[in-house]
Amino acid sequence: MYNSFVLKNVLLGDGPATDIQIEGDKIVAIGADLSGAETIDCTGLVALPGFVDLHTHLREPGFEQSETVLTGTQSAAMGGFTAVHAMANTSPVADTAGVVEQVAALGREAGYADVYPIGAVTVGLEGKQLAELGAMANSKAQVRVFSDDGKCVHDPVLMRRALEYVKAFGGVVAQHAQEPRLTEGAQMNEGAVSAELGLTGWPAVAEESIIARDVLLAEHVGSRVHICHLSTAGSVEIIRWAKARGIQVTAEVTPHHLLLTDELVRSYDAVYKVNPPLRTAADVVALREALVDGTIDIIATDHAPHPIEAKDCEWSAAAFGMLGLETAASIAQDVLIDSGKSTWARLAEVLSVNPAKIGSDAEQGQGLLVGAFANIALIDPKVKRKVVAESASKSINSPYVGLELPGRVVHTVYRGYFTVRDGALAKVGRA
Amino acid sequence: MIKYLLSAGDLTREQAIEILDIAEGMADVNDRDIKKLPTLRGKTVVNLFFEDSTRTRISFELAAKRLSADVINFSAKGSSVSKGESLKDTAQTLEAMGADAVVIRHPASGAANVLAHSNWINGAIVNAGDGTHEHPTQALLDAFTMRKRIHGSASKGKALEGLKVAIVGDVLHSRVARSNLLLLNTLGAEVHFVAPPTLLPANPSNWEAKLHYSLDETLQHEKPDVVMMLRVQAERMNASFFPSEREYARIWGFNADRLKTLKPGAFLMHPGPMNRGLEIDAVSADSPQSTVLEQVANGVSVRMAVLYSLLSGERAADV
Amino acid sequence: MSSRTVLSSDDIDRAVTRIAHEILEANTALQKSGTSNLVILGIPTRGVLLAERIAKVIARNEPGTDVSQLLGRLDITMYRDDLASNPTRAVTETLIPSQGIEDKVVVLVDDVLFSGRTIRAALDALNDFGRPRAVKLAVLVDRGHRELPIRADFVGKNLPTSREERIRVHLTESDSENSVVIES
Repeated sequence: MYNSFVLKNVLLGDGPATDIQIEGDKIVAIGADLSGAETIDCTGLVALPGFVDLHTHLREPGFEQSETVLTGTQSAAMGGFTAVHAMANTSPVADTAGVVEQVAALGREAGYADVYPIGAVTVGLEGKQLAELGAMANSKAQVRVFSDDGKCVHDPVLMRRALEYVKAFGGVVAQHAQEPRLTEGAQMNEGAVSAELGLTGWPAVAEESIIARDVLLAEHVGSRVHICHLSTAGSVEIIRWAKARGIQVTAEVTPHHLLLTDELVRSYDAVYKVNPPLRTAADVVALREALVDGTIDIIATDHAPHPIEAKDCEWSAAAFGMLGLETAASIAQDVLIDSGKSTWARLAEVLSVNPAKIGSDAEQGQGLLVGAFANIALIDPKVKRKVVAESASKSINSPYVGLELPGRVVHTVYRGYFTVRDGALAKVGRA
Repeated sequence: MIKYLLSAGDLTREQAIEILDIAEGMADVNDRDIKKLPTLRGKTVVNLFFEDSTRTRISFELAAKRLSADVINFSAKGSSVSKGESLKDTAQTLEAMGADAVVIRHPASGAANVLAHSNWINGAIVNAGDGTHEHPTQALLDAFTMRKRIHGSASKGKALEGLKVAIVGDVLHSRVARSNLLLLNTLGAEVHFVAPPTLLPANPSNWEAKLHYSLDETLQHEKPDVVMMLRVQAERMNASFFPSEREYARIWGFNADRLKTLKPGAFLMHPGPMNRGLEIDAVSADSPQSTVLEQVANGVSVRMAVLYSLLSGERAADV
Repeated sequence: MSSRTVLSSDDIDRAVTRIAHEILEANTALQKSGTSNLVILGIPTRGVLLAERIAKVIARNEPGTDVSQLLGRLDITMYRDDLASNPTRAVTETLIPSQGIEDKVVVLVDDVLFSGRTIRAALDALNDFGRPRAVKLAVLVDRGHRELPIRADFVGKNLPTSREERIRVHLTESDSENSVVIES
């Protein structure tokens, strides 16, 4: 099947309406009054480069009751994503070439988005011994991002070695910053609310101390380091300082840390249980500002599906994590556009261009340019929608159910074909 | 009236005083030869205990039995954490058996809230201690005990206006401290927490209480009307919250010397079970100022009042 | 809503006095003199006030009567059979004379006798305090509509009413006046 169509009358970010012509898997023309075999009226829709998630839990292999590569990438497509980076905490752990190649192959088979496996930094995520980073980098999956996400690479020597080693193949270590001893049994943000609720606190300093250490390590060995899911105002300060100093650090923030606070934990509803935990309103404000001013480079979802029984229980027994793929663009719009503080160009940076750059995804995040791969998210920014539990994900642990969020992904074009059309999943099959 | 007692903060001042007043009536019953009322005949009360606590369980059991309810004791060992029976399955089982009230003790903070806000159970729910969160009936029986000590037979209708209460010990992990804080605030008392800094929350800004590190200075300067000692749990001993039991006892334990500094009429409380020689010494524990046994006796009356309050007026008043 | 007064202050006084005399009269059949075998228990709220008035009259007519041994109050809240349908009621104090009720003649006093359920609850409550020789019932007003086989021994006034009407008893100890009013 050969794709040939024209998206009529799209808004190119903050600019005027125009047409985009697609042939095969590429954008071949952008301009007024283009014509093609098929035309799709996109009046009122904003066209953005297909989103790239640097932090997705696809759960396959091992936890297929929560999500599979297929359902996870379908959920991604519904959220306007054309690429996801699949975290390594599967079972078996993605710490060998075999596992990462399997995940990549499942992604290609599904055909809803590029799936870039993330390799584990240490064997079995145990923080004791480096995994075969080179083998994963040189495998067919060509892994460039390494992370023990879910666990912190807390041994400073191991972290130093990892930072150094991945330079050999242009990789990056994505650190889950959580000092383990300071967070033993931690259940929620340590603060005024945890004091009232009697839940063991997860102090901000447990995140900030690791970030401080790691940016200094990165400076010392001349490596780049990526910090996953920044959640505190203090972390923002450290990243700001490190960047001013010229350290090669990039930082991500999740949609939920941009919107939700620890006040929600008062319900003891485990849908709000996530790691790092929801923080205070002051932290949310600092994170939103940092995303606007560039201190934080990207939004990454940390989409973490869990089966019902992992959330339908007492708080301390529940699993950490929440869904995020299908609501990320709405929250980005809320923070950057509806707030009046930034632009669609910035939104394209934080959801597409920058994550592709950090992940070394050559065929993603190219922007909407003639000659680029046709990875396009088309958003109706005027719509307000009430989030429902049903989604393309296999799980339902979304903290936004019942909330009204702005904007809706109407179409997603991935490598020249529709994965989502008119707000519904398209049946895909490659030509 | 209310259907759930999850937090001492759920009660308005009027509701709290009403429960305490009802408990006064129950206390009279507990002094009679026939210590039984037919009030809850035909009702089933389940004591659902995921955590061992013989004292609390028998107190609730006696309370329910004195009101003629049928009582089932359900000891669910472990939780879904330890791959034991899950809270949900247990709750649904009890619901299927037709429990009118569930009294739940659970090691997880918020377990009673989860039970109440799920649709697993239709009956009344009493939080009998959830993790390090709350223990509202303990706070009620403590308030009842304070009121009785101060006002005697003229207790009915009274709050605890202006009463100065010092709560001493492991405030951070204490559900007794949290529930007492809320109820004492509601009843107009002034709460002082005294603890080593390691056993206070890092951010107590939402707490309407004064914090102190020194027990001696607090006794000397604040001259509290009530001193409530908290139990030191065994698991704190080896987790560097304080250097040694001896040092803790010396600085934050209540002893005969400190007993002498209490102002006349002041009294000493402890939720039990006591670690004699650690947070309280034998002389203090057995002194006339000690209310420990009154608290136990009052616990039954207060729990009768709570069960009665939760189980009456289920259907809207059709007077 | 209309209301009419069916008993005036004087009517109430006369009824109380008459009931007190009837109680004494009936008692002489059981005991030659004195009131030591008699216990008058008021049922809250207004039954307690009426019991006090009755006890006063008795004490006036029987010198040597120890009112503290004659008079008490019996709270029946916890013995009601309408727990589920009514809002929580505060429990009031029960006060039984120190001599107890074992082998005594207990006279329960209430303001209005209606369905009989309150008296049923009172009989149950009494059971938990001992075994009286006899239990009698005195009420200011009997309005009919009994739902249980219960009958008053001493009645101030029989008042045929419809079920929908309400009877309000006002006593100066708790209200601004002495009167019994029917509202409909």
